[in-house]
Amino acid sequence: MAEFKKADSMLEWFDQRLGVVNFMKVMMTEYWIPKNINFLWAMGVLLTMLFTMLLVSGIFLLMYYKPDVNMAFDSVNYTIMQEVAYGWLFRHIHAVGASVVFLVIYIHMFTGIYYGSYKKGREMIWISGMLLFVLFSAEGFSGYMLPWGQMSYWAAYVITEIFGGIPFIGDELVVWIRGNFYVADATLTRFFMLHVLLIPLAILGAIVFHFYSLRFPHVNNEEGEFFDFHEESEKYLAGNKKESKVIPFWPVFLSKDVFVMGVFLIFFFYLVFFHYGFAMDPINFDKADGLKTPAHIYPEWYFLWSYEVLRGWFFEIAGISGKDLGLMAFGFANIIFVLLPWLDRSPIVKPANQRPMFKYWFWIMIADLMVLTEFGKLPPTGPNAWVGFGASLTFLVLFIALPFITKIEAKKAGGK
Amino acid sequence: MKEFKILAVIMALVGITYYGIEPYAHSVMHPEVAEADFTFKDLKNVDTSLAGNAENGKVLVEANCIACHAIEAAGYPAVMPNADAAASYGVVPPDLSHAGRVYDKNYLANFIFDPVSAMHLQHKYAPDSGKAFPMPSYNWMSAQDIMDIVAYFQSIVPKMTEYKAQHKATFETACGRCHNMKYAGLEATTPADVIKEHMGATPPDLSQYIKSRGEHYLHSFINDPQVLLKGTSMPRVGLTEEAQKEVIAYMEEIGDSKKAERETLGLWVMAYMVVFAFLAYMWKRKIWKEVH
Repeated sequence: MAEFKKADSMLEWFDQRLGVVNFMKVMMTEYWIPKNINFLWAMGVLLTMLFTMLLVSGIFLLMYYKPDVNMAFDSVNYTIMQEVAYGWLFRHIHAVGASVVFLVIYIHMFTGIYYGSYKKGREMIWISGMLLFVLFSAEGFSGYMLPWGQMSYWAAYVITEIFGGIPFIGDELVVWIRGNFYVADATLTRFFMLHVLLIPLAILGAIVFHFYSLRFPHVNNEEGEFFDFHEESEKYLAGNKKESKVIPFWPVFLSKDVFVMGVFLIFFFYLVFFHYGFAMDPINFDKADGLKTPAHIYPEWYFLWSYEVLRGWFFEIAGISGKDLGLMAFGFANIIFVLLPWLDRSPIVKPANQRPMFKYWFWIMIADLMVLTEFGKLPPTGPNAWVGFGASLTFLVLFIALPFITKIEAKKAGGK
Repeated sequence: MKEFKILAVIMALVGITYYGIEPYAHSVMHPEVAEADFTFKDLKNVDTSLAGNAENGKVLVEANCIACHAIEAAGYPAVMPNADAAASYGVVPPDLSHAGRVYDKNYLANFIFDPVSAMHLQHKYAPDSGKAFPMPSYNWMSAQDIMDIVAYFQSIVPKMTEYKAQHKATFETACGRCHNMKYAGLEATTPADVIKEHMGATPPDLSQYIKSRGEHYLHSFINDPQVLLKGTSMPRVGLTEEAQKEVIAYMEEIGDSKKAERETLGLWVMAYMVVFAFLAYMWKRKIWKEVH
């Protein structure tokens, strides 16, 4: 064991034992971020903050929530919402936070796509990010069941039913997921476990991995410029702060993030206190009733686009039923974003608007997702069904066409 | 500036999507219905311009009503316990103490004349259905006599000093014979199995209806349930606009009891965040001056 001399300060005492000085350098004051960025680069910190708020509010809710079909509804709507001091506040933060976290995830994700931050060494950042998206989706879906309202029940019924379309094992798989032949107490208790233990643990691990995956390829910048981070950081440390292309995570990068966070929180708390209906659907304030199907069943807004990809296929093509086609399209939609680094075959790392062909692809994709989201909520009748089909087909075509479009773009750019 | 341009694009895309999936989608799923009518102008059997004589009304009420109805406020107790009354009639006959206040005058007069058409329940009590509404029609009575009865009910309404007690009394008169309000500890005065038999379905607990249906829906629905839910067994109860507001206020006091706390605290939290954002901006400027 190394010789320990008597520490002169508390910092030194901890430094001798935990190496805190070096740790702070590596994690904060000498963790280098490009200077050429805009507020979209603050989304990661916003997401970390939102996840923390969900975790803390969730812990408070967990103290009073009862995962039992006979007690769940009243434990949420009476005990938590009306009896516990500020229980309503924790529920509102949790419900609104869960909805808004997806808005920020989508902005974060499309920022990554727009600036090409998923390729040329940044593939693992993208993949770990998509893994987080999947985990958050599972967390959102399992949590939505817990208040045991009508939409909790019927959304769970419809979504678990989807797995029944998988060949050979479908029917057994549905029973295995539900723990019963229908959505019942066993379904509620297992979704409760997933929501408060298994998925949050996985999310924590995936967040650490996502942060770690940023260390080697470094954060992208507004122009997609590649430069030597080591060289630029030397300049910064030598005092040429204005000339250097990098800034330290603390305090420079975070000072901007904290400001963005402040503005965001004004908006967030407006939603929490005054405009929460979008995240707490009125229908879910009716207790779950397996004998009474609501007139309109729809998932939370962040699942609407993929729900519409599923629902858009409503007629038989070449002997395959609409339901099976929808399921295939749905499966495609849910894995295709992960493969983006290999679908984009152009080596250009630039903002989409500076890329000759990709820019059209990007904005058509955004428009298509908006159409899918909109028609995923509207009743699928008459012309709505055809718009849904068209948008769903467009989605598939866009991703099938992407490798060809980007290959042409690469050739134009000189084949590099 | 570039950052504002980016923000504007994001706000526009989010705003369009929000408009589509919230206000627009809900307007498609729940189309607007006819305005609530608190004059009940479709009811024309009784000439309600006649001035009623409360003293004659009292005589008529004693002869015609109190064999089934309690009027606690005027000293007429219930004839039998609720369970027995429910077993006899299918539903507990209402205590009429507040009838002169909560029911619209035109509605009440026409209800006495013919209950089923006033309630808009002709589909349920069609002549060939074999069912009869427990209260008979008083269509043999003169308009003057009916208006005398109405005048009597209006004369005996107990004065309430506390607004929350009044909300509760109105709710109990208008809704409490069929509906539970679990979160207020109120159980329907008609036993659950009897009311289910009488109505064809169990009337829902109303504890969270202020949230699940909302004020806008309740406003139209209570005024005339058939407009939003064609064929329902729930009768049009004929509340005055004032009484209906009290019912909805009571549903909010029970179903959304933290509303006032939420709205006050919300303003403080948002004000705090405005100060926070301002200080954060000053700090950011100071830090970034060194690197730009």
